[in-house]
Amino acid sequence: MNVIEFNNLTKYYGKIKGCKNINFNVKEGEIFGFIGPNGAGKSTTIRSMLSLIYPTSGSVTIFGKDAIKYGPEVRKDIGYLPSEIFYYDKMKVIDLLNYSASFYDKDCSQRIKELSEIMELDLHRRIEDLSYGNKKKVGIVQGLLHSPKLLILDEPTSGLDPLMQQKFFNLILEENKKGATVLFSSHILSEVQQLCNRVAIIKDGEILSIQDIKSMKNDNYKRFTFRGKSLANGKFDIEGVTELKEREDKVTFLFKGDVNKIVKILSGLKLTDITIEEPTLEEIFMHYYE
Amino acid sequence: MNIYKFELSNLKKSILIWGLSIPGFLLFYMAFFPAMAASNGAFNDIMSNMDDRFLRAFGIIPELPIGEILGYFNLTMGMVLLPLAIQASNYGFSILSVEERELTADFLLSKPISRTKIIVSKFLAALTSLLIIDILLAASTIIAINAFKGDEVVELRNVIILLLSVPLFQLTFMSIGMVISVSIKKVSSVLNFSMGLGFGMFIISSLGGVISSGYLFYLTPFKHFDTAYVLINGSWNWSLLAISVSVMVLSLVASYFLYLKRNIASL
Repeated sequence: MNVIEFNNLTKYYGKIKGCKNINFNVKEGEIFGFIGPNGAGKSTTIRSMLSLIYPTSGSVTIFGKDAIKYGPEVRKDIGYLPSEIFYYDKMKVIDLLNYSASFYDKDCSQRIKELSEIMELDLHRRIEDLSYGNKKKVGIVQGLLHSPKLLILDEPTSGLDPLMQQKFFNLILEENKKGATVLFSSHILSEVQQLCNRVAIIKDGEILSIQDIKSMKNDNYKRFTFRGKSLANGKFDIEGVTELKEREDKVTFLFKGDVNKIVKILSGLKLTDITIEEPTLEEIFMHYYE
Repeated sequence: MNIYKFELSNLKKSILIWGLSIPGFLLFYMAFFPAMAASNGAFNDIMSNMDDRFLRAFGIIPELPIGEILGYFNLTMGMVLLPLAIQASNYGFSILSVEERELTADFLLSKPISRTKIIVSKFLAALTSLLIIDILLAASTIIAINAFKGDEVVELRNVIILLLSVPLFQLTFMSIGMVISVSIKKVSSVLNFSMGLGFGMFIISSLGGVISSGYLFYLTPFKHFDTAYVLINGSWNWSLLAISVSVMVLSLVASYFLYLKRNIASL
């Protein structure tokens, strides 16, 4: 079953394009990555799912219902973490969380306690006294406290230290195991790589590609690094090679194709070192970003 | 209900400040009446030498001599209307724009509630605050008149009719503030906008008094709710009041639909 379905979602701010013809589905129980550089239209897409902005054309369906028409109903089961966290500054953390909980027809006090313990959040401080990272934690607890069926996370990790980031990822994985679907937007590829099953790549407001993370990495791209002497001779400039960087003592490139071709070239060379690695997603994505 | 309570508790400080200062100002000003009444003759001489239009600009008219308490009250009330207008505009400009300005809209609007519920709750919370101020103002008016009238016999009926128009007066300013705040992209400073609206209307009203222009009177709620008219005639000036009420109703309806359709800005 699809939890989220985009149908040609398009949003223009006047003449400026926010996003255009967004079309993808997120299945139930999936952790779906949403990747693109800053200003690519990630937040625009996400915010139109929550009726914060209204699409110029097209629509989004969540839990099988139109996200605008049935907004309040649909949002009961959505936990949203905005990319920029701002809350009523004068409030104490606990008061804000209780206010947030008061919008849902269930008792969330136990969950608030659990979550804030995991995230090491001090409930009795004023929001204005919190650091950016701590505000982010408030946002995380606020987004999860009602055990939503769909989590929408807009660049959730910015401001969190690596340790907290790991805790947060575990929390997400746990929620996911319990059945929550996750839409995870980010411009950092390694974290998407770590969490997601599938990923949509967005650039200039348009979806470039939707990929399975595993199949993507198995796309037979390999990163080659050779060290040796007098290597800058253009021998590696063959079909299938990209990002070729040649120096006298070092050559690196990405290669997709028959590796025997590379081996053949190598036989005539004097090398001191060889590394053949899986490329990071980052490197694969660079093609889309260019 | 939770939004209403939350909004009202956010307004606590504002209610306290306005609730102390507006009735306080009225009491303070009215307290000078006995001293002035004592030197009534001298004062009236000065007044009679002044140009009638000049006096009218300040709300002093022959039918309500300021040597009598109701005349003096009329003058006071003319000034009290200004902070009342500013307070109401302030709420109007702020209640729907505050979330966007302070970027808390993503929090509130992503909750499982309709925008209708948000706007109604916020409106009712602001209205409650206004009514609290109006009740305090009414109470201090009655107290002031009774305390300072001296030997005069005062018929309070007209005063009460005047006080009953105050919530409507404030509601007019609030609704104008609301519709402007949802019509423009961003209300950068609520204070600037509300001072502008309040003072602007007040100045138009005074100007209308000076040049005795009927046309200017159509423009400003200060004239639609003319205090002297009520105190003299014992009824509201219905034809002018209708303008304010129409503006108010239109503004509220427009605010509602504009807010429902609004694209909420973020960083």
